[in-house]
Amino acid sequence: MSAQKPRTLFDKIWDAHVVETLPDGTALLYIDLHLTHEVTTPQAFDGLRAAGRKVRRPDATLAVVDHNIATDDSRRTGIVDPESRLQVETLEKNVVEFGVPYIPLLDDRQGIVHVIGPELGRSLPGMTIVCGDSHTSTHGAMGALAFGIGTSEVEHVLATQTLLQKPAKNMRISVDGNLAFGCTGKDIILAIIGRIGTAGGTGHVIEYAGDAIRALDMAGRMTVCNMTIEGGARAGMVAPDQTTFDYIARTPNGPKGDALKRAIEWWSTLPSDPGAHFDTEIRIDAHAIAPQVTWGTNPEAVLPITGVVPNPADVADEAKRAQMQRMVDYMGLVPGQRLQDLKVDVVFIGSCTNSRIEDIRAAAAIAKGRRVADGVRAMVVPGSGLVKKAAEAEGLDRILKEAGFEWREAGCSMCLGMNPDKLTPGQRSASTSNRNFEGRQGPGGRTHLLSPAMAAAAAISGHLADVRDYQPKEAL
Amino acid sequence: MQAFTKLTGIAAPLPKANVDTDQIIPARFLKSISRLGFGKNLFANFRFKEDGSENPDFVLNQEPYRRAEVLIAFENFGCGSSREHAPWALLDFGIRCVIAPDFADIFHNNCFKNGVLPVRLPKEVCAQLMEDAKLGANARITVDLEREVVVRPNGEEIPFKIDPLRRHLLLNGLDDIGQTMQHAPAIDSFEARQKAAQPWLYA
Ligand code: SF4
Repeated sequence: MSAQKPRTLFDKIWDAHVVETLPDGTALLYIDLHLTHEVTTPQAFDGLRAAGRKVRRPDATLAVVDHNIATDDSRRTGIVDPESRLQVETLEKNVVEFGVPYIPLLDDRQGIVHVIGPELGRSLPGMTIVCGDSHTSTHGAMGALAFGIGTSEVEHVLATQTLLQKPAKNMRISVDGNLAFGCTGKDIILAIIGRIGTAGGTGHVIEYAGDAIRALDMAGRMTVCNMTIEGGARAGMVAPDQTTFDYIARTPNGPKGDALKRAIEWWSTLPSDPGAHFDTEIRIDAHAIAPQVTWGTNPEAVLPITGVVPNPADVADEAKRAQMQRMVDYMGLVPGQRLQDLKVDVVFIGSCTNSRIEDIRAAAAIAKGRRVADGVRAMVVPGSGLVKKAAEAEGLDRILKEAGFEWREAGCSMCLGMNPDKLTPGQRSASTSNRNFEGRQGPGGRTHLLSPAMAAAAAISGHLADVRDYQPKEAL
Repeated sequence: MQAFTKLTGIAAPLPKANVDTDQIIPARFLKSISRLGFGKNLFANFRFKEDGSENPDFVLNQEPYRRAEVLIAFENFGCGSSREHAPWALLDFGIRCVIAPDFADIFHNNCFKNGVLPVRLPKEVCAQLMEDAKLGANARITVDLEREVVVRPNGEEIPFKIDPLRRHLLLNGLDDIGQTMQHAPAIDSFEARQKAAQPWLYA
C-alpha cells in the first residue's frame, strides 16, 4: 500500500478499535474502558442475568455511585429516599454478582464518574471509553474517544466489550489566540454552543484545537469536552500533549515507569496528521470571547454577561419566536433587562463540568475576604472525595465556609433534580453545571449556566455579575 | 424486544423543537430499577400541574391522544441526557413511533434497541402530518416499516428510509447482543493483539 492517507485523531482511535466491519458498514468497535453508575445500569445487569451472560472484562469496567446520593452528612447514616437507596443497593449487589470493581459511597475516591475516570488515571489517551451517561464526552479531554450510551448498549458492552457503531464525521473547532481576562474553558464552550447551536455537532466528533485550547489545563479541557454533547456531538476530544502526559504521571492508577514511557510513545502518534480531512471546520477568535452566561432554557441561549434579555418580538420566524417567548416566560425575564440585574437565590458550584480542584480554586479566589450576599444559598460540591481532600489540604474549604458557602460531599448534587439538592419552583440559580433545561435542577427552577468564578461573583453580589468587576482581593 | 412491522393508530402532534429527554422523562422519576412503569410520568412536567392534577392543555391529556401510538414533533427530538428511560417511557405509555425532522444521536440509537421506530421526515411533512393528527380519532396514520412508508389519512404515501441492519433487527425483534456474540473469535484475537501492543490497557 502507498503512504497512508492523513488521518484525524478520531480516525486513528477509531481504526485502532475496529474488530470487524459488517457488510453494511457498521463497525464492531472495541471498548477499552466502561464506566458505570447506579442510574443507567440496573436494567442492563438484569438483562445479563436473564440471558445467563457474564461481564466479559471486569478489569475494564468500573462502577461508582454519584447521581442519587446525598452530598451532606446524611450519606453516612444511609440513604433516606427508599427508591434512591434501592438503586444504590442494586448496584452494590450487581457488582458483587458480576465481579465488577466498585468504589463505594464512603470511599475517598468516590465521586462523579466523569471526574474520577481521569483523576484516577483510568481514562487515558487513545482509549475508547463509554458510560451510560451523555457527559462521557468529558474524557475526550484526555485524547480519548469517549461517548455516552443507553442502557441496552451498556448491556452490550458488559457482555461483549464492544459496540455496534457507524463512523462519525470529523469536525474541528479551532480556538485561536489567547483568552481574554476573566474567561475560562467554560466561557469557550458556552460561546461555541452559542455559535453552532444545540444540534450543530449532530453526527460529528469534535476535535478542539488552537492556542487557547492548548493553553488550557486538563480541567479546562474537560469542561470544554464535557459540554460537547450540548452542541449535539456525542464526543469531543483534545489531542494529547505534554500537559496530558504530566497530568497522567500524577494519577494514582495511570501507567508508571517504563509502561508510561512506552505509552507516551504510542500516544504521541495520535494527534491529527497535517492535511487530515475534516468534514466541518470552525474557527473562533479566543480574544473575542467575553464571560458567558445562559439566559434561556437550552445552552444555546447564551450571551456575554454584558448583554440584555433578547426580545422575542425581534425574531421573524414564528416557531423560533414562540420558543423564545416560552423561554423568557419560564425564566421570569423581561426583554431588554440587563443580565447583570438578575437576582439569584441559589449558587451551585459543582457537577462534572466544573467541580475539579482548579474550579474550586477559581471560586475560592473570588470568595476570599468577601461574603455571600444576604438571602443567597451558595453551595460548593467537589467532584470527588479526592478533590475534596486536596481542596481541604489547600485550605480552600475554610475560605469558602468563611465567606458563607456550604462545603459539601462529592456527587452530582444540584446538577439534576434526582437527589435531595434541588431548586424549588421559581428559584433562580447561577450554576456551573451543563444543562439549563426546564426543571433540570428541580421543577420550576430557573438555571443560568456560567463559570465557577462567575458563579462565585454572583454569590457575592446576589445577582448575575461580571467576574471582571470582582477580581481577587487577596491572594489565595 | 417487541418487533415493529406496521402500525395504524392515533398520532399526537407536539409542535416543539429540541424536546429533550429531561422533558420526556424528568430526572426525579429515573429511580426505578425496571424498564416498566415510566409511562405514567412521560412528559410529567407538561402533563401535570404543580399540585399533581392533569394539565388539560397538554395534548396527551386530551381525547383521543391519550391513546396515541405515534408522536409527531419538530427538530432535534430527544436531545440532552442519554437516559434510555426516554424510549422506555414512550413505549410504556403506548407510543411506538416518533416522527420528526431529525433526532439527537443517542436517543435515536436507544429507540431502535427498544422497539420504538424513529422516522425522519422533512419539516414541512411533519407540519402536514401534525395538521392531519389534529383531526383526531378519524385521522389514523399508518407507519409501515416493511414498505418504509407513512400513509396519511387521505391515503397519500410518504416514503422514509431506515438503516437496513436496524430495519432488519426491528422487523424481527432481534437482540443485537446475540448477534455480536457470534463474533467472539474476532474479539478474542483483537484482545490478544491489543494486549501485546498496549499492555497498560490490561489489568
Ligand atoms: S454532574 Fe450532572 S451532568 Fe454530570 S454526570 Fe452528574 S448528573 Fe450528569
